[in-house]
Order: sequence, then structure tokens, then C-alpha cells
Amino acid sequence: MMAGGAGTPRLGIVAIGVLILLIFVAIPLFFSQWVVFLVTIALAKAMVVLGVVLLLRGGLISFGHGLYFAAGGYAVGFAMRFLQVQDLVLLVALAMIAGTVMAALLGLLLRRYRGIFFAMLSLAVSMILYTLLLKFYSLTGGTDGMSIHAFTVFGVRPAAGTTRQVLYYAVFALSLGVLYLGHRFAASPLGYFMKALRDNEIRIEYVGASIAQPIYFSYVFSGALGGLGGGLSALSVGQISPEAAYWTTSGDFVFVAIFGGAQSIFAPFLGSVVFEFVKNYSVKFSPDAWQMTLGAVLLLIIFFLPDGLWSFKDAASRLWARWRRS
Amino acid sequence: MDTATIIAVDGLVYASWLFIVSAGLTFIFGVLRILNIAHGSIYALGAYMGAYLGNAFLGGRYPGALSYVILLVSAPLVGVLVGPVLERIFLRHIYDKDEVVGLLTTFALFLILEDGIKLVWGIDPYFIDTPFSLLGNIPIAGISYAVYPFVQTGIAIVIGTGLWLLINRTRFGRQVTSVIADREISVAMGINVARINTVAFTIGAFLAALGGAFAAPMISVEPGMGIEVIVPAFAVVAIGGLGSIGGAALGCILVGVLRAAAVHFFPELEMLVIYVLMFVVLVFRPQGFFGAVRLRRI
Amino acid sequence: MAAILEIRNLTKRFGMVLAVDNLVLEIAEGETVGIIGTNGSGKTTFLNLVTGYILPTVGTIRFEGVDITGLSPKQVTTRGIARSFQNPQLFTGLTAMENTLIAIAGRAGQAWDGWQPLKRRVWREEAADILDRLGLGDVAEQTVSSLSEGGRKLLDVALSLVLRPSLLLMDEPTSGVSVKDKFDVMDRVLRALDETRVTTVFIEHDMEIIERYAQRALAFDGGRVIADGTVDAILADPVVRESVLGAA
Repeated sequence: MMAGGAGTPRLGIVAIGVLILLIFVAIPLFFSQWVVFLVTIALAKAMVVLGVVLLLRGGLISFGHGLYFAAGGYAVGFAMRFLQVQDLVLLVALAMIAGTVMAALLGLLLRRYRGIFFAMLSLAVSMILYTLLLKFYSLTGGTDGMSIHAFTVFGVRPAAGTTRQVLYYAVFALSLGVLYLGHRFAASPLGYFMKALRDNEIRIEYVGASIAQPIYFSYVFSGALGGLGGGLSALSVGQISPEAAYWTTSGDFVFVAIFGGAQSIFAPFLGSVVFEFVKNYSVKFSPDAWQMTLGAVLLLIIFFLPDGLWSFKDAASRLWARWRRS
Repeated sequence: MDTATIIAVDGLVYASWLFIVSAGLTFIFGVLRILNIAHGSIYALGAYMGAYLGNAFLGGRYPGALSYVILLVSAPLVGVLVGPVLERIFLRHIYDKDEVVGLLTTFALFLILEDGIKLVWGIDPYFIDTPFSLLGNIPIAGISYAVYPFVQTGIAIVIGTGLWLLINRTRFGRQVTSVIADREISVAMGINVARINTVAFTIGAFLAALGGAFAAPMISVEPGMGIEVIVPAFAVVAIGGLGSIGGAALGCILVGVLRAAAVHFFPELEMLVIYVLMFVVLVFRPQGFFGAVRLRRI
Repeated sequence: MAAILEIRNLTKRFGMVLAVDNLVLEIAEGETVGIIGTNGSGKTTFLNLVTGYILPTVGTIRFEGVDITGLSPKQVTTRGIARSFQNPQLFTGLTAMENTLIAIAGRAGQAWDGWQPLKRRVWREEAADILDRLGLGDVAEQTVSSLSEGGRKLLDVALSLVLRPSLLLMDEPTSGVSVKDKFDVMDRVLRALDETRVTTVFIEHDMEIIERYAQRALAFDGGRVIADGTVDAILADPVVRESVLGAA
């Protein structure tokens, strides 16, 4: 009895999607450099958060994703400083490879762990990297880190004043790519096995499937995302320092993962953008209270909105449906 | 031989400091099955309270020996203020949920407390020197050691013994043991698990604050001190086995001595030693020294 | 008739408790065997041993002529033994359809096959088919947690059917199902098995189910098989009546 039935919501979603795309494309044209910078960082970090979310789907909480974030950033730093690489595409690829390779190695170990142990082990590994980055200051610049200089795109250096924009569109395009890959992964058998093993590992064995495999692949993918996000972030900020591997950075990624919600691949992006803006303005307003605000928000989410901000959309669409029916 | 003594003494000093904090952390995990990230912040609270009271009380003009009492009093003050509040209002509701939720909740509380401290006490460092300078130095193996850190050793021993007595020789301890072994059966047996939870968390908070209060005379009490103590505390708890106080003690000694050795021979590797040890233990013996391994049945 | 399952000297000790005591038996291909026995007589432990969930203290298990003792449940399942549980083991956060699809994916091997989604048409059709056949068609899109007790039982069985096993082990398939539905459930299950010559072994407390659906019966007591024969003979056997039925 629903006139327009299934067709109308579909069209609505597509329309909203296109609108959002257009908004993102238009941002550098209408907003200040600072806003462009914030959104760039938000998108880059959102990729890392997506990596955390992929693991969260399996009930695994990575409190050490700063490891990959730092790996990506320092890969860019090292490539620039020691290999004189300047090409953006190459740098981004190296960042992603760094994350992937490290995750491929560590994943062999971590895939056997769950819950608290997984969290602690991932924390320990990231703190080891942090300490190494700090100590080998001749290579890494120690506490000061490394500065990331200008990049070129296919041999061409971006015109003065357009670096931000170029990077922004690059990050935006990569975000779309990441979303697509994330979607394919989440919809794949391995993606579903991740969700399933959170519920019942025994049954996974009893359908003849491996538990370690979905975890391992999710982990490697999340490492790649972490490296990618880290490299892009370093390029945006122009700097990479050991803090990237500190546990509080990993904590930030976990926060945004929960804040945005772990139910959808879009959630990390929504959460990250909101987070960066809120953080930016609260730090200006009350530098000594924004962490408290974060903590309070996290508690609110844990207790009242456990599926994160993204679940607002479900609540909103329920309200919408009810309004249409009345 | 001198080197060995120095390493042993340095190790003991570090171990004592860390034990007071980590004993509480592992105890809380044992009873509540929650890894309390906010433990570091409570440690900082203890330090701030101790330093603040130490300076504010009678404007700092009182017999030196009283400063120890002040530190000693700060701990239960913080423990009793913070413990029941956090447990009843927040933790109580998440016991039946995923262990990940517990981690996230204490992480949120950590964020809140870190800024809470800044809001109350500002960002400038506090100092409380009297307890430290009062005791002077003592020569050990040809090196002049401050005596004060050994006060922490004394406290660590008292705490360790106290906890052991509490768990093994009191009715409360028997109930706690029962709750640790099996919550549901304990409820069925009529044990007031809710009260045990609150008391256990408060004890843990008290210990964290105690560690902080007695650390205060040795450092500058400033924002962020809680962040740094968390990971070594976690490491030690993982090494010793989650929930095991004896394990925490052994872990502290191991970590303390290894760290002291590193400081002596490879100063660059100081903190690395702790994280690598944590890593190694988690890989080869995830349950730590004395943790229990759980099995599933269908 | 070839023996599909050969058990030799199977023993399992849990500390002081002897759960399974020197079991020797053979099950022929194509048989439908019912297992009866009081709680604690070793029936579920037997299933756990055969499927590799626990290791035997002593003894061997041969399936289709191959020694499978000590293999993991994953390996055992891949070789063609499927099992349903007394307490349904399901993916509680997912829908019935998704649960079934996962079982199909498990059967197909998880290999990375070009990023094709779990919900591909071919698999969805197969899953819908089995769910319909077991009467779960209406609830296919509901999450497991909202299914009835009987529904969950059926889904558990559906998952094991989907694996296209050569040997199907069911642990109390109709327990928790209302009396009027029991026959319906078993009918549906066995009809779903009709096309293939699946050897079926099921544990049951309900003697009517045993009578109606099994050709052969095994009576367990104290970890041993105390009687083995046709259903009529077993149910009439006085020793069995006393230990299994009398005590029940």
C-alpha cells in the first residue's frame, strides 16, 4: 500500500550521496585554507579509523594503531630524506606498503589473540615502535621528528598556494577508493566471518572455516589503511613525530571509531570530520577541558548510543518513515 | 659486585614504586574483570592531593615528620572520594557487557580525570620536597642513595602483606576470592557482590593514589604524569598475570631489575625493555606468571 | 555396506571422571542410527570426540577409511562430517539467512574469489531453499536472537545440512521443540536429506522420535554402549529399559 514503495528511498539515498560528494568537491572553493586542512586531516585519519573499525567488527580492539599511522608517516619522511622521493603517488604508495608489510608480519602473531590480550599486545608493539622512534634520533629526528617537505605530482610541483588544494583532492579521491574497497571487504565472506566470529568462534570451525584467516586479512587491510592515513596526514601537516605511535594517538583512533560507530564503512568518515572540527574549536575555546569533553561524549555514547553517531541515521530514518506515514 | 648491587637496588626502588600502583590495577581486574585505564589518573590525583595538602596545610609550616602523615592521608581521601563514585555511577552498568566496553569506559574516565585535574589544580607543577629531603642520603656500594625511595619499598611490602592477609585471612577476602572465581555462583550463595565490587575498586583506587602520593616528593607533580605510569603498570600486570598480586610483585621486580640493568649498560633501551618484556610474555605465555587460562565447553 | 565410521577403543577421561569408556563400534554408510542414554552417559562427549572438539585419551576414529583422530573440528568438517548441537551454536547477531550463507561460504572454502560478496545470488538461492524446506523461510531476515527456541534448533540443523556432509551428527534435534512440532521438524530434516545418502546419527531423549526415524539404536550408559541393535529390540531390552528409561 506504499505508493512509490522501495524506489523512492533508494532515489533519496543516491540524491543525498551525490549532494555530499558535491559538497566535498566544493569545499576548497568556498572555505578557508584552514578548513581545507582540517577536512584533509579528518579524511586521512578516517582511513586509519576504518582500519580500527574493521577489527572492531570482530570484537578486536586495537589500542596500537598508532604503529601503522607512524609507519606511514615515517615512510614518507624517510623516502623524502634518504631516497629523495618527492612524487606524491610514490610517497603514498610507500606509506601504504609500510603499513601493509608491518601488519603482514605482526598479524601472524596477533591473529591468535582476543579481547584484552589483543588490546595489550597491540599497545605493547606500538609503544616499542614509539621508543625506537624516540631513541634513534639520528635517523628519525627524535622528539622533534622529521619535517615533510613539498611534494610533486608526476614531476610537477603544485603552484604556490595550491598545495593544500591538491592534497585535499588527492586525499578525497583516495577516500572514495578506500570506501569502495572497504565496502567490498565488508560485504565479502571474510568480512562476514569477522562479524560471525565475534558471536561464535566454535561454529566457524564447525562450518569448516578458519578463524585466523578473516582476522589476519582484516588486520593486514587495517594496517594498510593505517599506513595510508599516516602518510597522508604527515604530508598534510608537513611533519611526523614519535607521538604518532604513542598510545594516546591510538586511543584517539579508537575514540573516533566508537564515536562514529562500527556498523558502517561511512561512519569513520562522519565521525572523523565531526571529531576534528569539534576538537579544533574546543581546543581553542578551553584547551584544558576538551579531553574531558571527549571523555564525557565517549561515556554518553557507550551508555546511550552504543552504535555511535552513525546510528542517528537509523533513528532519523525511522522518524522520517513515521512522519511520512502520518 | 658493586654493579650488581647498584642494579639490584635501583631495580628494587623502581619495583617498589611500580608495585603500589600495579597491585591495585591487577586487583581491580581480578574482581571486576576490567582493565582500569583511569588508574593512571587516580595515581596522579593522589600525587596532586599529597602535594597540595602538603603545601596548603598550615601554610607548609609543620614538623617535617607530619608530611608523611599528610601523604598517607591523601591516599584514602582520594580513594574514598573517587572509588565509589566511579564504580557506582559508571562501572556498575558495564559488568555484563563485552570486556572491550570496560576498557573504553575507563578510557573515557581517564580523559575526564586528566582534564579534571588541570581544571582543579592548573597546569603548573607542584612540589613537595620535605618528605624526601628529610631523610637524606645513605651510602650503598659506594654510591650515595637517597633514603626516601626505600620508604616506598617499605610501603610496598606492607601493601603486599596487607593484601595477602586481606584475601586469605578475612571474611571479606574469602568473599572476594569467591567472586573472582565465579560471580554468578557467588550471587547465588548470597554474597553481596555489588558491595564487594565497590570496596574492591575503592581499594584499588586507594592503592593508585597511595602510589601517587608517595611518588610526589620525588618528581614534579604536573599534568600528564598519569599517562606515563599506565603502560608500565599494564606491562607488569600482563607479565604477572591479570588478577594476580603475587604475579604483579614478581613482574615489578623483573621489570625493575631489567630496567636498571638497561639503564646501566644500554641507557637508550630503558623503556624499551619494559615493552619488549611485555610483548615477549604476551606472546609466549599470555596468561603471565600466575594467570589462569580459561577453557570453553560446548 | 561399507563402514563410514569406525571407532576403536575410544576412551576419554576428564581427571577422575571416565566419560567415555573403551567404545568400539561401526556405523555403516547410509544408516540412520539413534543414540539414547541418560544425561551424563557420554553421548555428547562421543560427538565431541568424533568431531575433534576434544582429544581422546585413548583410541582411534576412522572416517571413510581414514584415521581422523586428533584432527580439529575444522578439518573434520571439511572432510564431510557435520554436526548440530544440543545448545544451538549460531551467530547470534546475524540473520538466519546470513548464518546459512556463512555455512555455505565455509563449505565453499573461504578463498579470496575475486571479492564476490557473501550475498551472491547463487548462494542466496541455495540458502533460501534450505530455510524454506525447514520452515524457516518467513524468518530468514530475522536475527537469530529473535527466533524461537525451535527456530534456533532448526537453523542449527540447517547449517549442518548446508555443508552437504556424508555423515550428519545431530545432538537432540528436537529438544526444546514443542511436542506437536517434533515430528514436523524431523520430517523436514530427513526429507531434506532424502536426495543424498547421508548417514545420520542422532541423539534423542524422545523415544517416539527414535522409534519412528531410526533403524538402529545404541544405548549409552556410563560411557559405554550397553546395547546395540534394531530400534524395536533395543527399546524392548530390559537392561536398556532399566538404565535408560527407568532412570529417566
